[in-house]
Amino acid sequence: MNETRGTNLDPWYDSYAARSAGLAASEVRALFAVASRPEVVSLAGGMPFVSALPKELVQGALDRVLNDYGPQAMQYGSGQGLPQLREQILEVMALEGIRASVDDLVVTTGSQHALELVTKLFIDAGDVVLAEAPTYVTALVVFRSFQADVQHVITDERGIVPEALRERIRSLRAEGKRIKFLYTVPSFGNPSGVTLPWDRRTEVLEICRSEGILVLEDNPYGLLWFDRPAPHAMRSVEEDGVIYLGTFSKTLAPGFRVGWALAPHAIREKLILANEAAILSPSSFSQYVISEYLSSADWQGQIDTFRGVYRERRDAMLGALDDYLPDLTWTHPDGGFYVWVTLPDHLDSKAMLPRAVKELVAYTPGTAFYSNGDGRSHMRLSFCYPTPEFIREGIRRLSVVVNGELDLLSEFSQTSPLPIVKDPSEPVFVPPTSLS
Amino acid sequence: MLTSVLVLAGGISHERDVSLRSGRRVADGLLAHGLEVTIRDPDASLLAHIRATRPDVVWPALHGASGEDGALRGLLDFIGVPYVGARSDAARLAWDKPTAKTIVARAGVPTPTSITLPREAFRELGAIGILEEISDEFSGPLVVKPAQGGSSQGVTIVVDREHLPRAMVDAYTYWDVALIEQRVTGTEIAVSILDTGDGPIALPAVEIEPLGGVYSYEARYTAGETRFYAPARIDPPVAERAAQVALDAHRALGLRHLSRVDLIIDGAGTPWFLEANVMPGLTETSVYPQALDAAGFDAGMAYRALAEAALR
Repeated sequence: MNETRGTNLDPWYDSYAARSAGLAASEVRALFAVASRPEVVSLAGGMPFVSALPKELVQGALDRVLNDYGPQAMQYGSGQGLPQLREQILEVMALEGIRASVDDLVVTTGSQHALELVTKLFIDAGDVVLAEAPTYVTALVVFRSFQADVQHVITDERGIVPEALRERIRSLRAEGKRIKFLYTVPSFGNPSGVTLPWDRRTEVLEICRSEGILVLEDNPYGLLWFDRPAPHAMRSVEEDGVIYLGTFSKTLAPGFRVGWALAPHAIREKLILANEAAILSPSSFSQYVISEYLSSADWQGQIDTFRGVYRERRDAMLGALDDYLPDLTWTHPDGGFYVWVTLPDHLDSKAMLPRAVKELVAYTPGTAFYSNGDGRSHMRLSFCYPTPEFIREGIRRLSVVVNGELDLLSEFSQTSPLPIVKDPSEPVFVPPTSLS
Repeated sequence: MLTSVLVLAGGISHERDVSLRSGRRVADGLLAHGLEVTIRDPDASLLAHIRATRPDVVWPALHGASGEDGALRGLLDFIGVPYVGARSDAARLAWDKPTAKTIVARAGVPTPTSITLPREAFRELGAIGILEEISDEFSGPLVVKPAQGGSSQGVTIVVDREHLPRAMVDAYTYWDVALIEQRVTGTEIAVSILDTGDGPIALPAVEIEPLGGVYSYEARYTAGETRFYAPARIDPPVAERAAQVALDAHRALGLRHLSRVDLIIDGAGTPWFLEANVMPGLTETSVYPQALDAAGFDAGMAYRALAEAALR
C-alpha cells in the first residue's frame, strides 16, 4: 500500500470507459440476496416456473440431438442461427400474426442479447431512446451502458398514450435531440402488466412512421395470455419500421438462452455481423434441442399448460390484494408475469424494502423501472414463480409492511411534509438475473 | 489440534450479501493454510449439522442480526462448540449501538452526544414535540442511524433539520430504535483489533476517505469509490491515542479475538468512539484485511491464528 497516496483498491479505476459510470454496488441489489432464502416469499423475481415443463419432453429432445446431431450440435454454428430453427420460429411468430422471411431472422443468446445488439447498432452517446413509463429494468441497464438518453412516454391502463408520444417527440425535437427508436413491451408489459390495444398499436406505428422513428417491439409474454389472446404483434402490420424481439425463455425455458430478432433486411445484415463479433454464433446445442422439441413435442399444448399455471397465480395475487390491501390500486394483467401496484402518496417503495425483507417478503421497487428516479410510489409484484399459497402469504406479509409504514409516516408527517427525494447520483440498478 | 473449521456465511439479515463475501474470503485464507473448511448458510438444519459433524471451530462470518447480536453465539456456547469472535453476552452489548456507547463512555472514552429513541416514544409523546426538542438541543449536522445494524444501511446525515423526519423514517425502516447523534467532523478512521491469545493489539488505523464524502453502502462495497490510507495520515501521538481508545473500547465491551472500532478524529486530535463491530467485514474492500496487511500480517495466517485461539 502506498502510504502517502493511499489506495482505492482498484488500480484501474481511472481506466474505465465513461459508459461504465454508475455501475456500483447497490444497497437494493444487496437486499435481494436475502430474497433467495426459502423463508422469504419473493414477489420480486421474474423467473418462469419451469417446473411446469415435463422433464420427459426435454429429455426426448436431448437424446435425439445427441444421437442424431451430436458433432454438429457441439460445433460452432452459423452467426445467424440454425436454419431449421429459424423456420420453426416463423411458425411461433405466426401465432401472433407475423409473416416473415426466414432470412430476416437472427437467433441470439436470449432476446436480451438482441436488445443489446440493436442498441449497439443504433445508439451513440446522448441519442434518445423513447420508452414506456415504466419500462423493463434490464433494457434500461443496456440503454444506459451505451449512454443513451432514455426519455419516458406516459402510459395509462391501456399502455402508451399516443398523444403523449406525439407531444414527447415534438418537445424533444424542439430541444434538438436525436431520437433513435421507441422501445416497447406492448403485450402484458414488464413491469406494468398492461397491454396496448390494437387501435393504439396502429396509432403508435403511424406516429413513428411519420416521424421516422424505428420501433423496437419486445414481446416475451405475448403468447402467455389468460382470458383472451393479445392483439397481433405490431410487426404483423409494419415490416420496415419495426425490429421484433422474441424468446423461448418464457414459452419453454430460460436456461437455453435462445431468443431472436426479426429485422428489416439492411438491419438484419448488420445484426448478423454484430452477433458474430460478440459471440461468433449462438449456442448450437441449445438451438438443436429447441428445434427437436418444437418438432416432436406438443409445444402449443405446453404453452397452454403455462397459461393455466400463471392464470391461477395471477388470480391468487389479485384476490390476495383485494383481501389484504384493498386501499391500494393495481393493474389487472390479462397475461404475463406482473402486477404493478400504486402506493398511497409519500409511501416510498424503495425505502420500504428493508422492512419488507425483515418481514420475509420481497418486491421490486418502482424506481428500478425508470431512468430518472421516478417510481417510488410503485412496486412490481410478480406472480410467475411462487405457488398460489405463497403468493397469498406474501401479500399478507406485504400488508403488514405497508400498514406499518403508513403508521410511521402518519406519525412523522405531522411534523413536516415528507417529500420523496430523488437522488440523481444513484448508481445504475443492475438487477440480479432472477429479477429480470 | 485444529483441523476443521465451519465458516458460517449468509443468513437472512440485510447484510447477507456482505456476509457471503466475507465468508468466502475467510474460507480461502483458512484453506490456504492447511485447514479443512466448509462454508454453510445457516438455516434450520444448522445445529443438527454441527452436532453431526463436530467441527473443531465455527467461524461465524455473519454480519447483522443473529450473527452479531449474540443469538447464534449463545447457541454455539450451549452446544459446546468453540467459535471465533466475541462471546454472546459481549456481542449483544456491542451490537446495540446506544448500549455500546454507554459502556464505552463509562470507561472514559469520548463518544458524540446522542439520544436514543424507540419508535414507541414517538407514538406516546408525539413526533412534533420530540423533533422540536432535538432541533433545539443539538447544533450542527446530525447522524441518524438504526440502533442496530451495519454497512451504513438506514444511516442519514442530516444537515437541514427539515430532513430529520424523513431520516427517522428511514432509520426505523431497518430497526425500531433509532440513534440520533451529533455529527463530529474530522478524519474518519477504523482501528482493527487482533487477539490471537497474547492479548489484544491495535493494528494500524485505516483512514477512510469516500470520494463522494459519505461512507455509504455504495462507497463501502464498490472498489474505487473510497480511498483508504493505512496507516492513517494522522500524527503519531494522535494515532497512539486512537489505538488506545480502540483497545479501551474493545476491553470495556468484553470483546475477544477480533473487532473493528470506528472512530472520528476531530480537529483537536481527539478520537471519538462511534461503534464497535464484533464481526468486521472481511471482503475485498473491507478495512480489517487492509489493517492486517499494513501490520505485515498475512490475512490467511491471521485467520488461522484466530481459529486456533478459539480452540484454546
